[in-house]
Amino acid sequence: MSGQGAIFIRGAAGALIVAGLAVPVAFGMWHSLGASFGYFPAIGATRLSFEAWQGLVALPGLWRAAATGLFAGLLSTAISVMLAFAVLAVFHGRLRHGTFSRILTPLLAAPHAAIAIGMVFVIAPSGWIARMLAPLVGWAYPPDIPTVGDPWALALVLALVVKELPFVVLILLGSMTQIPVRQHMATGRSLGYGRAACWLWLVFPQLWPLIRLPVLVVLAFAISVVDMAMIIGPSNPPTLAVMVARLFADPNVDAILPASAGGVLQLVLVGVGFAALLGAQILVRQLGRLVLRCGLRLRWLDKVLSLPAALAVGVVLLAGLGLMSLLIWSVSFVWRWPDLWPASLSMRAWRGAAESWQGAAGTSLLVAVCSTAIALLVAIVWLESGDRTGRGGTSIWLQFAIYLPLLMPQISFLIGLGGMTLQSGLFSPLALVVWGHWLFVFPYVMIALADPWGALDPRLERTAAALGAGPWRRFVRVKLPALLTPICTAAAVGFSVSIAQYLPTLFLGGGRIVTLTTEAVALSSGSDRRVAAVHATLQAVLPLLVFVLMFAIPATLHRNRRALRGGFSK
Amino acid sequence: MSLQLDRLTVTRPNGEAMFAPLTLTVETGCIASVMGPSGMGKSTLLAAIGGHLAPGFRTQGHVLLTGRDVTHLPAEKRGVGIMFQEAVLFPHLSVADNLAFGLSARVRGRAARRAAVEAALGQAGLDGMGQRDPATLSGGQRARAALMRTLLSQPCAILLDEPFSSLDPELRQDIRAFVFDSIRRAQIPALLVTHDVKDAEASGGGLIGLAPAAATSAGRA
Amino acid sequence: MKPFLIMAALALGTSPALAEDWQATLDAARGQTVYFNTWGGDERTNAFIADLGKRTEAAYGVSIRQVKLADTADAVARVLAEKTAGRDTEGAVDLIWINGPNFMTMKDKGLLHGPFVADLPNSAALDMTEGSANTVDFTIPVEGMEAPWRLAKFVFTYDSDRITPPPAGMAGWVDWAKDHPGRITHPDPANFMGATFLKQALIELAPEDTDLSIAPTDASFATATAPLWEWYDALRPYLWRDGKSFPENESAQHQMLNDGEVDMSMSFDPASAAAAIGDGLLPETVRVFVPAAGSIGNVSFVAIPYNAAHMAGAKVVANTLLAPETQARMQDIDVLGSFSVLDPSLLDDAGRAAFASLPTAEALPTLDDLGPVLPEPHPDWMPRLTLEWQHRYTR
Repeated sequence: MSGQGAIFIRGAAGALIVAGLAVPVAFGMWHSLGASFGYFPAIGATRLSFEAWQGLVALPGLWRAAATGLFAGLLSTAISVMLAFAVLAVFHGRLRHGTFSRILTPLLAAPHAAIAIGMVFVIAPSGWIARMLAPLVGWAYPPDIPTVGDPWALALVLALVVKELPFVVLILLGSMTQIPVRQHMATGRSLGYGRAACWLWLVFPQLWPLIRLPVLVVLAFAISVVDMAMIIGPSNPPTLAVMVARLFADPNVDAILPASAGGVLQLVLVGVGFAALLGAQILVRQLGRLVLRCGLRLRWLDKVLSLPAALAVGVVLLAGLGLMSLLIWSVSFVWRWPDLWPASLSMRAWRGAAESWQGAAGTSLLVAVCSTAIALLVAIVWLESGDRTGRGGTSIWLQFAIYLPLLMPQISFLIGLGGMTLQSGLFSPLALVVWGHWLFVFPYVMIALADPWGALDPRLERTAAALGAGPWRRFVRVKLPALLTPICTAAAVGFSVSIAQYLPTLFLGGGRIVTLTTEAVALSSGSDRRVAAVHATLQAVLPLLVFVLMFAIPATLHRNRRALRGGFSK
Repeated sequence: MSLQLDRLTVTRPNGEAMFAPLTLTVETGCIASVMGPSGMGKSTLLAAIGGHLAPGFRTQGHVLLTGRDVTHLPAEKRGVGIMFQEAVLFPHLSVADNLAFGLSARVRGRAARRAAVEAALGQAGLDGMGQRDPATLSGGQRARAALMRTLLSQPCAILLDEPFSSLDPELRQDIRAFVFDSIRRAQIPALLVTHDVKDAEASGGGLIGLAPAAATSAGRA
Repeated sequence: MKPFLIMAALALGTSPALAEDWQATLDAARGQTVYFNTWGGDERTNAFIADLGKRTEAAYGVSIRQVKLADTADAVARVLAEKTAGRDTEGAVDLIWINGPNFMTMKDKGLLHGPFVADLPNSAALDMTEGSANTVDFTIPVEGMEAPWRLAKFVFTYDSDRITPPPAGMAGWVDWAKDHPGRITHPDPANFMGATFLKQALIELAPEDTDLSIAPTDASFATATAPLWEWYDALRPYLWRDGKSFPENESAQHQMLNDGEVDMSMSFDPASAAAAIGDGLLPETVRVFVPAAGSIGNVSFVAIPYNAAHMAGAKVVANTLLAPETQARMQDIDVLGSFSVLDPSLLDDAGRAAFASLPTAEALPTLDDLGPVLPEPHPDWMPRLTLEWQHRYTR
């Protein structure tokens, strides 16, 4: 391929990313904003007014809903970051490489809805933990304690932590390779500081700038999460995001106007969350400096630190219990309080709901495979054309485009996009849903792939060129095999991101596309936990299988090539 | 104050010893040197003394500081300062805060602490550079600042892990003189690991060659 | 005329003239295929309709082709499109399972054939007195334009092993809840079932002269609901979680009843408790309870579009749906478990026998147990009740 051809392809890939990702997200947001002020021509609303906002503000419990969502998001993110930090401070250098990722991958791969459904059974007043306690405490009936759906959303916070903690730990692990942790620890300890103090004063402040953007993504997600909040969050009122999602689903078409206003409010809420986090960062830094200058060695922190580390282990166990309970529920027939184990087992749920789960699983697979394949293709074209034009894989505006859908609350721009596309009727719902998933799959695929791609030793390709291999041959015979492990990892990440998507399926599919996730969320409030468990189990198992498969492919192909075998992370 | 090693050696995770058991005593204000080809385990020896061994590596024998056995204490309780080849200044802290981080907590009060840091900066020839970003310092300035930080923590011994090897030849002599003078003045025993015989000569203390596991090596400084 | 029909006509007291007309309908219907448009989301209902088709085919030579809809409004839209296009005969839709708003749309736009219900011989066993559930569909007068076929009725379920039965009237709930604190609740009134709970209480508690069949004004709403809120304020502190959160819908509450988190639930299907017990979804000790004064109910109807191609066949199907054997079969818990719209007191011996031979379950009420059907209030009451409840209790 000539240099001109490469420039053309790079231009085309860039245009696709901008036109397919950044522009629709911005346009969806713009449309939501317009609708919130009464401008939505498709439903005949063209007069600018504050009616949508008045309608929103008149909703009972609105402010409490907004405050609960913000609170749950901030608290869960803060706890996740602190626990992840404690885990690494306690276990780093003591556990083998790869142990973390082996433990955390199933949790990372499990979709939010499945985690939440599993958690509900574990922590509910009639759940596993209460059943274990019942004989000790003497509970004849499940206690009337709001352990799920509590008005403070603490159960939601816990579920969010379960889901976010593995992500933050892996992000921290990844960024730690950029810092001479061992040396700084040794220096700090030789000055008389304990392990925990060294982490607090030396390692964390250096890691923070590297993980800040991913943490903001986590925060934006936590404040705006809908599926988890529906399953385990408060109900009267729910969080703002759930309230807005319900408004959008209202059969009354006009409800989309206040729903749009809610979407805009959700964006404001995320902005407030960001400001709070960045404000806290400044405050903590200033306070930290003052304390640091006192030279206190804080060795007692080592003992204190084992508490959050133990909590983190507890959280992981809780999640494990939750996922296990899904599997057991799916094959139980009768499993009532106070039994720790089902009174009778049966495959009825799997057989009876076969039509439902087979259809949903098929759709989930189709959408996930399509969106991941497209995302991989675009990412590889972009990165390869970057190499050929000598511009590298990243650029500021691409970074911006990638993070835009992750930092904006999904619901805020999906309302606008959903409203537009549903009315236009130009595209099939399935195509729209694939595209909607791609909006979120592509950024994660890109994030997973860009660093290993850039880190590939350029001498490999130069050597191949010196041996007379043309660009295409070099790409197929040298680069792709050398990058097979990160490509497979990116594919697994993309797949699990797609399987977990709830709002894009719901909003862009107009309720006509049924996936395991939409079905699991809908069934989670139904009367048959066994059928919900069937869908949630599948939802958790599918991404895990793909992760295992994507681990096995390079391991098998490169079984005699130690340097290329790799794993899930470095 | 003194640093004593009593038949000290380190075993790898597979159980084999890295070097012959080492017995030596470094008296206060003295700087002993350990030499040996690279890969012998010089840095590992210092890690064993300081308490920074990687998981799987084990210490045999004893480390005594002024008669106190610290072999099984965690690094932070030994009071053994360490200086690496690349002077490790914490990049997120200003030069003054790097020093304040080292300064013993026994120095109390904001004014007293600030004064101690200022004095140390002055000693290191870093007057007025307290608020600088460590990345803007020259290699020599970084090495002096790192030494001051270690001295401010009032250690019982100092380990020097080839601290001069990354410096320019002209600078090297100055810094070496500064480091050795400062340590002698502070009356602290120090152990230097190097592969440069000039470093060892300048230290003025004893010179020990690290022997392979089969032999024994001993010395007194 | 077949002997069976003569007997049936005599037994039902229908005049010979009517019977002659009906014979004409049967003759016209023979050989027809009726396109029966229904919501297709329930497998048991679909199977029941398939079975019904076999029976009409055998008895009258009328076969049924079920058109499964995702939404009944699709069929309404189709008839409307046909009318707009001027296709006033040979329409594609012969019979629709229809309710409330869709019925109102079709009736208002003149899309319905009828009145025809009185022509159906089996309608004789229907309670057609003014105001009965068979004569109004969500407060819209039926006026013979749609034929009833199954009954949905609001009932309470409770675990007889853990709690005493609910009190006969809603007024007694405060004391009942006080005796079982934290064990009683209702679905969120944003949900249809939760709102129905409030409506049921409103019907019993509203001042004597309240007319719930007309749309409320601000003033009439305030007057009518004042006792309701007073009652609810007294009740709420004893509810599950101090009345601060509520199950999202009745399915969630059923799950809670099964989990032992609460001791009662509610349903619009009196047979659902028995069915759920059989399915392992509720404890065997769960029973059904209906307030003494009756409970809110509504009836599912079938209607015939004005341009139906197979009108006679559609009438035969509607009539067969009302036959005591069909209704008894429908009520069979092993078949569909939906309650009959027929009035037991208007049945002949054969009809009564058909019902009497149904399999019973301890959690399955008989038609007699269900008591009177209270009509739904005017549709405007429900959103108002929900909103007012939210304003009062959502903070």
